Amino acid sequence: MKRIYLDNASTTPMRPEVLDAMMPYFTEEFGNPSAIYALGQTASDAVADARAALAGFIGAKPTEIYFTSGGSESDNWAIKGYAHANQQRGRHIVTSAIEHHAVLHTCQALEKEGFEVTYLPVDAEGLVDPAAFKDALRPDTILATIMFANNEIGTIEPIAELASIAKEHGVAFHTDAVQAFAHVPINVNEMGIDMLSASAHKLNGPKGVGLLYVRRGCKVDNLIDGGQQERGRRATTENVPGIVGFAKAAELAFVELDEQHDRQLKIRDHAIRRILDEIPHAKLNGSWENRLANNVNISFEFIEGEGMLLQLAARGICASSGSACTSGSLDPSHVLLAIGLPHEIAHGSLRITLGRDTTLEDVDFAIDSLKGTLENLRSMSPLYEDYKHGNYVGIMDGYKADGMPYVS
Amino acid sequence: MAMNYSEKVMDHFTNPRNVGEIEGASGCGTVGNAVCGDIMRIYLDINDDGVIRDAKFKTFGCGAAIATSSMATELVRGKTVQEALEVTNKAVMEALDGLPPVKVHCSLLAEEAIHAALWDYAEKNGLTIEGLEKPVSDIGEHDHVEIVEDEDDL
Repeated sequence: MKRIYLDNASTTPMRPEVLDAMMPYFTEEFGNPSAIYALGQTASDAVADARAALAGFIGAKPTEIYFTSGGSESDNWAIKGYAHANQQRGRHIVTSAIEHHAVLHTCQALEKEGFEVTYLPVDAEGLVDPAAFKDALRPDTILATIMFANNEIGTIEPIAELASIAKEHGVAFHTDAVQAFAHVPINVNEMGIDMLSASAHKLNGPKGVGLLYVRRGCKVDNLIDGGQQERGRRATTENVPGIVGFAKAAELAFVELDEQHDRQLKIRDHAIRRILDEIPHAKLNGSWENRLANNVNISFEFIEGEGMLLQLAARGICASSGSACTSGSLDPSHVLLAIGLPHEIAHGSLRITLGRDTTLEDVDFAIDSLKGTLENLRSMSPLYEDYKHGNYVGIMDGYKADGMPYVS
Repeated sequence: MAMNYSEKVMDHFTNPRNVGEIEGASGCGTVGNAVCGDIMRIYLDINDDGVIRDAKFKTFGCGAAIATSSMATELVRGKTVQEALEVTNKAVMEALDGLPPVKVHCSLLAEEAIHAALWDYAEKNGLTIEGLEKPVSDIGEHDHVEIVEDEDDL
């Protein structure tokens, strides 16, 4: 059975060129970058080259890039590190309700220490309102952290506008760009971003490596104390192969960024149109206009997401859902609830995220399979039975009557 | 989160037995709610001797919810009303070779659904079924958590 991988927001396959670039640093070039002899120098140079390359992709200086173990560590470091280093100026942080848990749970950890956090609501498309953002900033606000693009619904936030408002108020601006880095152009100076988190495995690079950009002059306490790696800012012997692979993956991604963006956007729009045209009682989650080119997120009424994913998996299709059953908790996705979906609809969501290997044929096969899956699950659903007998008011019918866009 | 479902669970999810409705059913019970993400409805056809001739189900829920409904209907078919009461959540789980701990509540819902259908049958016929209590129609999240925490590592 052919595997159709449509979960690229979760992780991506590593490109062979990336593996080739990494290989020598596992074996013959295994030196510790801190060592004084030539073997160490080779490793040190490789890390320096990677740092310079990655800095260049976002308009940063190499000294502003710190390597980490991944996006979650970068988020933790930026938020906790900045909060701790600047708490004498204030103890208030502004974020959004739809952040990744790496940000939300970090903010909650700071609340336990006595920091105050404002979790800004988002609109039905998942957008943070700049006016509401401005209103949330207080004299004691020190940090704002708003994701560049949402991992579940793909909504791209108005980052430049939000960062500029933060700057006017003397508030540092961090963005979790894990889903956006190397997918959309980012320039930290033009956009006014003070700190940015990125991760290698979302762009066909290796797992276990990420970066934190910290603008020069932005004071951040260490998260990991120890040796003098990363100029004394983050101890732990550098993950040399991972760092080399990260830079290689980014280099390849930036070369084809426009081409891949446009190609995936076409497939994405085709997928959204087909689903809304061919499957009744469905709704696009998030914004269609301000959306990552690789993200499709649709809710289907009368069914629960896990069953849908299992049936798709039986046909080789890898996708994800915001249903409680697939999240390991009893509540459906906090993002879907934040954009106003009732639990019933949030449980029946499907996320497919495209990658550089995804073809139109793959997506068409997935949608054909999806149609069968939904017919099958709906034929088993007591809610659908009640709906057909007129004993249950369809939520999607209500949305359509209210004139909500992108509902079938 | 990767689910470690047994082969039996996957079989009953992929090829569920007894999906459907029974017109003019002797008893019908619906439990759970859409907010929690699980609704089970079980129909029973019971003859004059109190034997369950047929059982059908409709379920809104995850793979485990569908598999437990399928297994529960299989287990009660051909049994007397009294015997059907012994189809507990543990019996359903055992028949499925176990469920992941976070899915144990699905088997409880299946037991509840059978009880709800039997209760409906008893009410319609003015009967009292020994050992059958009026089932709660909504199993709230609070109950789920307690149930999951109390369960052994099944």
